[in-house]
Amino acid sequence: MMLSVKGLRANVGENEILKGLDLEVGPGEIHAIMGPNGSGKSTFSHVLSGREGYEVTAGSVTFEGQDLLALEPEERAHLGLFLAFQYPVELPGVNNTYFLKAALNSIRKSRGESELDAVSFLRLIKEKLKILHLNDSLLKRAVNAGFSGGEKKRNEIFQMALLEPKLAILDETDSGLDIDALRVVADGVNALRSPERSMIVVTHYQRLLDYIEPDRVHVLAKGRIIRSGGKELALELEEKGYGWILEQEQAA
Amino acid sequence: MTSTQAVDDIVRSEYEHGFVTEIESDTLPPGLDEGVVRAISARKGEPEFMTEWRLKAYRHWLTMPTPHWASVHYPPIDFQSISYFSAPKRPEDMPKSLDEIDPALLETYEKLGIPIEEQKALAGIAVDAVFDSVSVATTFRSALADAGVIFCSISEAVHEHPELIQKYLGSVVPHTDNFYAGLNAAVFSDGTFVYVPEGVRCPMELSTYFRINARNTGQFERTLIVAEAGSYVSYLEGCTAPQRDENQLHAAVVELIAMDDAEIKYSTVQNWYPGDAEGRGGIYNFVTKRGDCRGARSKISWTQVETGSAITWKYPSCILRGDDSIGEFYSVAVTKGRQQADTGTKMIHLGRNTRSTIVSKGISAGEGQQTYRGLVRISQRAEGARNHTQCDSLLIGDRCTANTFPYIEVKHPSANLEHEATTSKISDDQLFYCRSRGLTEEDAVSMIVNGFCKEVFNELPMEFAVEAQKLLSISLEGAVG
Ligand SMILES: Nc1ncnc2c1ncn2[C@@H]1O[C@H](COP(=O)(O)OP(=O)(O)O)[C@@H](O)[C@H]1O
Ligand SMILES: [Mg+2]
Repeated sequence: MMLSVKGLRANVGENEILKGLDLEVGPGEIHAIMGPNGSGKSTFSHVLSGREGYEVTAGSVTFEGQDLLALEPEERAHLGLFLAFQYPVELPGVNNTYFLKAALNSIRKSRGESELDAVSFLRLIKEKLKILHLNDSLLKRAVNAGFSGGEKKRNEIFQMALLEPKLAILDETDSGLDIDALRVVADGVNALRSPERSMIVVTHYQRLLDYIEPDRVHVLAKGRIIRSGGKELALELEEKGYGWILEQEQAA
Repeated sequence: MTSTQAVDDIVRSEYEHGFVTEIESDTLPPGLDEGVVRAISARKGEPEFMTEWRLKAYRHWLTMPTPHWASVHYPPIDFQSISYFSAPKRPEDMPKSLDEIDPALLETYEKLGIPIEEQKALAGIAVDAVFDSVSVATTFRSALADAGVIFCSISEAVHEHPELIQKYLGSVVPHTDNFYAGLNAAVFSDGTFVYVPEGVRCPMELSTYFRINARNTGQFERTLIVAEAGSYVSYLEGCTAPQRDENQLHAAVVELIAMDDAEIKYSTVQNWYPGDAEGRGGIYNFVTKRGDCRGARSKISWTQVETGSAITWKYPSCILRGDDSIGEFYSVAVTKGRQQADTGTKMIHLGRNTRSTIVSKGISAGEGQQTYRGLVRISQRAEGARNHTQCDSLLIGDRCTANTFPYIEVKHPSANLEHEATTSKISDDQLFYCRSRGLTEEDAVSMIVNGFCKEVFNELPMEFAVEAQKLLSISLEGAVG
């Protein structure tokens, strides 16, 4: 297993948000997590990537056999975990290229690889830009500062392409994108599909899954995975909404 | 992290490389009166005019009240307890090797990549008379002489160019200007003199670094730079390595004079000892820096990176006297621990179509207190004057403070003034975002801080800018969390 989550419970302050979440993701698999607003999708993404402010009260998370919860966020990144943020953060004054280079080199360093020099880095970056049909003017700007919503989301996927994680979590990368931008993001994601790379695609709508075909679809509601299935589950949800599953769940 | 004892040792053992052997090994007893002023002048073998100049300043100083500032707090200074002329330490009283120096200090030098011989000098170790920078300095001096540029100590200038000293010394910052400027005029120990003749572009960046052996300017330093018509000079003051000094009070005066079409660029990286965690033993830095754009189309530009001192009080200023003259002030000031800084600038627009730019970046961490105080004055004659002011504060943590006091006095209706101010915090979101990309928290802070300061670093000469960035990162290590 690449990622194995067992009985995960987590609080924010007094409130329990994750209430016994189980999830297994194998290498090369794409899992979609769907669920109503406020069901805990972002909370789960944050707990996986080590954000402060969440208290894990029970359960375990192992990533390639390691206890993920014991690690700092940067250590998780070094292991190959990547989170594409639902709301990417602006870093005024911090040049995008500089930021990417520092990030990539810190990850390379942690793996005992040499730092990339400026020339090789630029070559790499140009290659990745092409995949995402991004304009290189983005590179000269400060990280996310003054970016449009769509630019921010694409920049997240661009970072993912560059950092080549083993497990990427995409938190509602599709929300706020028009159909063209959505296609670009999906193309980028599909270009990165590989037998060694797994992804968790968190989404509120079925729409994205027309472009990124998942191996498994999970429904997250009230802090737990209440239903899992193949890609046809997403279509069913699209048609009927979340109500019927919630009712079935309650009845059970 | 540092034992107080070790720090005290280092503070006490400040390297005294400036005074060489011509000065007798005597120290004047603490206290200040006319006799002491005369004795200082006599020991330096000064001509009569200089002695009188000092005495006049001293007599006026006696009439001046000690200043009190709203924003900085420190115990009263007993001016009679200071020794105004101290002889160098004999080599046998200095530490013998780096083994005797505070490891924390050495670690900082190491991070800054300072060569071992210089580490010794900075840490206050007796060093052999000759080391590399001296021969380097000699080479530079001859190149300067070929260009006709005078670059020497103030003491030398008093002897060799008395006419220039008489004409310019005190012409920008008179002894009547303020309490510390008055005191400095009476007792100044030494400093730097630069004279760039008409039409000469100084062939290199001038730095006190090149005069390392003549650098003991003591606590009352005096700098005078004169750029004649159509000349250009860039001067670098200070050094990124933390400097220790046994003298707690530093009251320097810097005067710049730019004639028609001349340009002076003055860059400072100030990293005096800020004191221990409680702020004990740190340097009080009360400096008067002023540039006079005397000529038409002249330009004076101050760029400073301030990370040291327990207390900093300074306002590098420009008097824009010549028509179409330009004044600039770019500043990064960091306060952390118990540091206090009250800094800013004054732009005094006297001539027509004068322009000034102020970019101030304040970073406060720990319990640091920082105040920006700026004055833009547009006089009655200053038709078409323009100013742009930008004041940004960055807070790290929630126990530090930053205040901004922009004062504006406008006496001409055509004035065009713009002011922007922001206060921001390094947010948990920003830190988490960086960390999720593999950066450590310290890398993240330093990246965000350097981004915040970029406009100012862009103004520094290249090598200085790189060092300043490193310095900032080092001084903010451990500031978060
Ligand atoms: N920092 C926080 N403080 C308080 N409540 C929070 C915080 N973060 C999330 N929550 C609550 O946790 C629940 C799940 O939120 P979230 O994980 O963002 O849901 P989703 O991403 O599925 O829309 C919501 O009820 C939300 O209000
Ligand atoms: Mg969410």
